Amino acid sequence: MLEISGLRVNYGPIEAVHGIDLTVGQGGCVALLGPNGAGKSSTLAAVAGTAQYSGRITLDGQDLAEMIVEDRFRAGISLAPEGRRIFSNLSVLENLSMGAATRKDRDAVERETEEWLSRFPILGERRHQSAGTLSGGEQQMLTIARSLLGNPKILLLDEPSLGLAPKIIAQIFDLIEDLRRSGMTILLVEQNVGAAIKVSDHIYVLANGVITREGDGADFGDGSDLMNELTGVHG
Amino acid sequence: MDYAAQQLLNALSFGAEYALIALGLAIVFSIMGLVNFAHGEVIAFGGYSLAVIGTVMTASPIFLMAFVLIACVAISVALERVAFRTVRNANITTGLLTAFGVSIILQNLYLLLGSPRPIPAQQFIFLAKTFNVGPIQVSSLQVYETLATVLAIIGLGLFLKRSNLGIAMRAASRDFLMVRLCGIRANRVVATAFAISGLLAGLACIFIMARRGSVTPHMGFDPVLTAFIACVLGGFGSLPGAVLGGFILGFLEVGVLVLLPQSAGGLAQAAVFLVVALLLFWRPDGILTPTTEKGDKV
Repeated sequence: MLEISGLRVNYGPIEAVHGIDLTVGQGGCVALLGPNGAGKSSTLAAVAGTAQYSGRITLDGQDLAEMIVEDRFRAGISLAPEGRRIFSNLSVLENLSMGAATRKDRDAVERETEEWLSRFPILGERRHQSAGTLSGGEQQMLTIARSLLGNPKILLLDEPSLGLAPKIIAQIFDLIEDLRRSGMTILLVEQNVGAAIKVSDHIYVLANGVITREGDGADFGDGSDLMNELTGVHG
Repeated sequence: MDYAAQQLLNALSFGAEYALIALGLAIVFSIMGLVNFAHGEVIAFGGYSLAVIGTVMTASPIFLMAFVLIACVAISVALERVAFRTVRNANITTGLLTAFGVSIILQNLYLLLGSPRPIPAQQFIFLAKTFNVGPIQVSSLQVYETLATVLAIIGLGLFLKRSNLGIAMRAASRDFLMVRLCGIRANRVVATAFAISGLLAGLACIFIMARRGSVTPHMGFDPVLTAFIACVLGGFGSLPGAVLGGFILGFLEVGVLVLLPQSAGGLAQAAVFLVVALLLFWRPDGILTPTTEKGDKV
């Protein structure tokens, strides 16, 4: 599905990612974990096409190098960005319509939109309300729903739990788990190590722009050791 | 009372013209962050098109008006493609300098290919009629101008609210990159903004030409400067703000002319800008800033 090899991401003279390799298989959920500034979001930005990079990124064997942001979305890469980035001046429904703007099957879009609004009743109740008035958790749900309405092949989730209350975080990870079970391919960037390990098939640990460890969920236990390692706490 | 009604109509008509031009500036600014000072030259291009086609081809008002609108849309989209697309991601100063550069180049082209003197253009008889409604004398130009502006605002509102592209344009005014991340082509959104801006310039051009009767290379500069002030007053980046700012300026101009004694007539513009300055002192970001208008939860 998604193959990244020798990825380097530069912001001017500063290199944020130093030649990493990463693979996300069809229907898999892969987590990219690491502390602040490790290069996790830069990796997602390179895949989505919003950051300059060298190296090779392919989706189903197709090299993405020549594709601009819009074409990558149309090729099946959908990013639910850090900070949610909902369109606060649009209503909930209008936000969702932006996610499906490139689709031609309007009946299916309408049906799926209603399914999302029933899944998150609070969004359903506020469908005509300005999205800027939603709470952080509601905005995150809206972002994920918007990203999925484009029928992506792979969903890039950038820090979906950032700044949310524990109860909302649990709901977000329940949703990720459901998506994974339904066969959606996910590349998840998170600092919430324990929750991310639970929903992921494979984990990469990124620090200072290089992958320092990788393994299956079982290799990381409940994530507490990794958490201590990342935060510099020694037991 | 009759006098007040008469002046109210004058103010509406002036305000409508400013609102049309201000909307054209605001729609591009809201998406690109570009203050397009070449907008005035788009209006002048419409004026030259009217003068040339009206002389060499036809005097049919419908055809001429349609031609002016198409010409303004075409040059506006062409300017985006040739001049502004390359600086789309540059900082705001680069965009501003490019707009001034385009404006100067076009003005000089008009001077070289046309004339520094006014060139008379085809007049539309239906815009030059006057009639009485009770004791008020009404010109057809005022009625059509106000009506056209109201229809343009309603049409633009419906487009921005109902169509996918319109919703994408509103979204782009908040977060252009996120719109692109939804697969919506940036070039399409920006080109549409310039096309709408050109259409509004074309509409304004028809009414400006009906008032002036002739076209000059610099005819677009003053209206665009006034529209720019209307945008600042209404809140730059806010479309309702641009309309509001345009109408406030129209009412201020007429109000000041009515209230000032005749001997102080020369101070009319200074008095208008004094009131604008006071309004901005009260609301430094304009009356309807994009943030307050969009009702963000802070």
